[in-house]
Amino acid sequence: MADNNNLIVYCEYEDGKIADVSLELLTKGRHLADRLGVKLEALVIGDNLKDVEKQVEPYGADVVYKVEDARLYPYTSNPHSAVLINLFKEIKPQICLMGATCIGRDLGPRVSSSLHSGLTADCTSLEIGDHKDPKTGKEYTDLLYQIRPAFGGNIVATIVNPDCRPQMATVREGVMKKEIYNPDHKAQVIDLDAKKYVSDSDFVVEIIDRHIEKSKINIKNSPIIVAGGYGVGSKENFDLLYELANTLGAEVGASRAAVDAGYCEHERQIGQTGVTVRPKLYIACGISGQIQHIAGMQESSIIISVNNDPNAPINTIADYVITGNIEDVLPKLIKYYKKNSK
Amino acid sequence: MSLNIIVLAKQVPDTRNVGKDAMKEDGTINRAALPAIFNPEDLNALEQALRLKDANPGSTVTLLTMGLPRASEIIREAMFRGADGGIVLTDRVLGGADTLATSYSLAQAVKKFGNYDIILGGRQAIDGDTAQVGPQIAEKLGIPQITYAEDILDLKDGYVIVKRRLENGVETVKAPLPCVVTVTGSADACRPRNAKRVMKFKRAVSPTEKAKLTPEQQAIVDAREGLNLQEWSAAYVEADPAQIGLPGSPTKVKAIENVVFTAKESLCLEDNDEQIENLVKELIANHTIG
Repeated sequence: MADNNNLIVYCEYEDGKIADVSLELLTKGRHLADRLGVKLEALVIGDNLKDVEKQVEPYGADVVYKVEDARLYPYTSNPHSAVLINLFKEIKPQICLMGATCIGRDLGPRVSSSLHSGLTADCTSLEIGDHKDPKTGKEYTDLLYQIRPAFGGNIVATIVNPDCRPQMATVREGVMKKEIYNPDHKAQVIDLDAKKYVSDSDFVVEIIDRHIEKSKINIKNSPIIVAGGYGVGSKENFDLLYELANTLGAEVGASRAAVDAGYCEHERQIGQTGVTVRPKLYIACGISGQIQHIAGMQESSIIISVNNDPNAPINTIADYVITGNIEDVLPKLIKYYKKNSK
Repeated sequence: MSLNIIVLAKQVPDTRNVGKDAMKEDGTINRAALPAIFNPEDLNALEQALRLKDANPGSTVTLLTMGLPRASEIIREAMFRGADGGIVLTDRVLGGADTLATSYSLAQAVKKFGNYDIILGGRQAIDGDTAQVGPQIAEKLGIPQITYAEDILDLKDGYVIVKRRLENGVETVKAPLPCVVTVTGSADACRPRNAKRVMKFKRAVSPTEKAKLTPEQQAIVDAREGLNLQEWSAAYVEADPAQIGLPGSPTKVKAIENVVFTAKESLCLEDNDEQIENLVKELIANHTIG
């Protein structure tokens, strides 16, 4: 039997702004809600939420729930969990999406544990489809297919939650596209009384100090990325990548293997456990092409692979393959760019 | 003040070395076929636990892990580095569990363990990367959680003060004990093995391992303190059969695919000046760069 309940997106709110990842999920949520024929709902929890609906309405939210209380900002685990748990018992959403961020990955498990609903982390694709239980033969229509790489990215698994609601999933920033649905779209705004959902005893953890700053590294929005893998060989060799990046006006990215080896900081990690990028040019240096990395960069317009192994898996998705050592190839790229650019 | 510290740890397949027989037909992992390691962030958590022990004489650090009987390997590893002992929660009926069924089973084991002051664990395990089990255990025990912990700054008067490393900054929080703290890989690395402890605890065995020893070897294990590791079953921790293993898991694996990316026509170039200059010229001409 089809489920007529709605789809809800937990919207992260920091410094007066809804997080990009939440707007990306509203965009995806709009498509899924249309496919299911249900409403798209947004939930914003925090302080000073006046007019916050204006930020989410253009992305297609039909309903905006606002829970305002000075103690609900900044985010802490128990109070936000309490809002979701108590609200979901009331409105029974069939699907709940949240960002696979420090907040979503702290909140999601706590809520799913309390509601005994399945939660799939770090999905790379969400679709609606049918399911037949192989053991019981029971058939389900219109379930959320939660698709994610597993096992270090070596496989892709499709996960379903046949019997428990809501079907919960987290998605990393940049994985889904953010698109205005309709600039004039209007939502029904529902102000909820925080006291109905959170009790004083939920405020157990106290934030003593907080330093939040916008990251200076912005690989997600860079049109050109020079990325290095384990094959770069050392932190010192990564300097060559920075030199090429500076010459081209690019950002430097890295594979998980390079980050794990300490060649590069985690903020630059591209792939399933890092950021997803779609630059117009991606220069992969010494990257073998583990699936978890490819998942995060395969939509790049042009891919150049520089690798001394002509059979590196990444070469199969590259537009240009340069077989050679990065110590030799990168200086040539720099030299000929300087020579030929105006 | 002496503390009872539990460290949640997992023996994980080394996902960097995955072979063809790694998956079973039902889509779950065939762990027996893979090299197994101590989950990296659980080692970061162990270090934080050992520092608490150093700072609070008389404290004990107990490793709690769920998995195959061979997971006793990571308990020994933890003991070589300073842990006092450990428990393997192992039972066929626990197999195929998703994060919710896993956290339920571990929370039952923690309840059985009883008196604890703080529970530490890695932020996430490298085989699933979900980061769910820590917070879910906290919820099931009805205690607070501190995720993304980088450093335990202080623990006194029934509170713990922890620095958290977030994607865009740091946060210092104060939580009442007991609580669950999950530690990120950016925290300090775990101290190495201590040679004296290796000598002392290399004979530590679980009941499964002990059963394979000769009576003489078993006598040696029993003669010294701390060499008998514990193995607990689902029944021992009074787990509800409906909430464990595959049946207790709300998420089901519908399909598993090996990923094949659509291959493109690649243009293969040699590392020579002419070919690289031509490529650069082409990229400038079509406004990709410059």
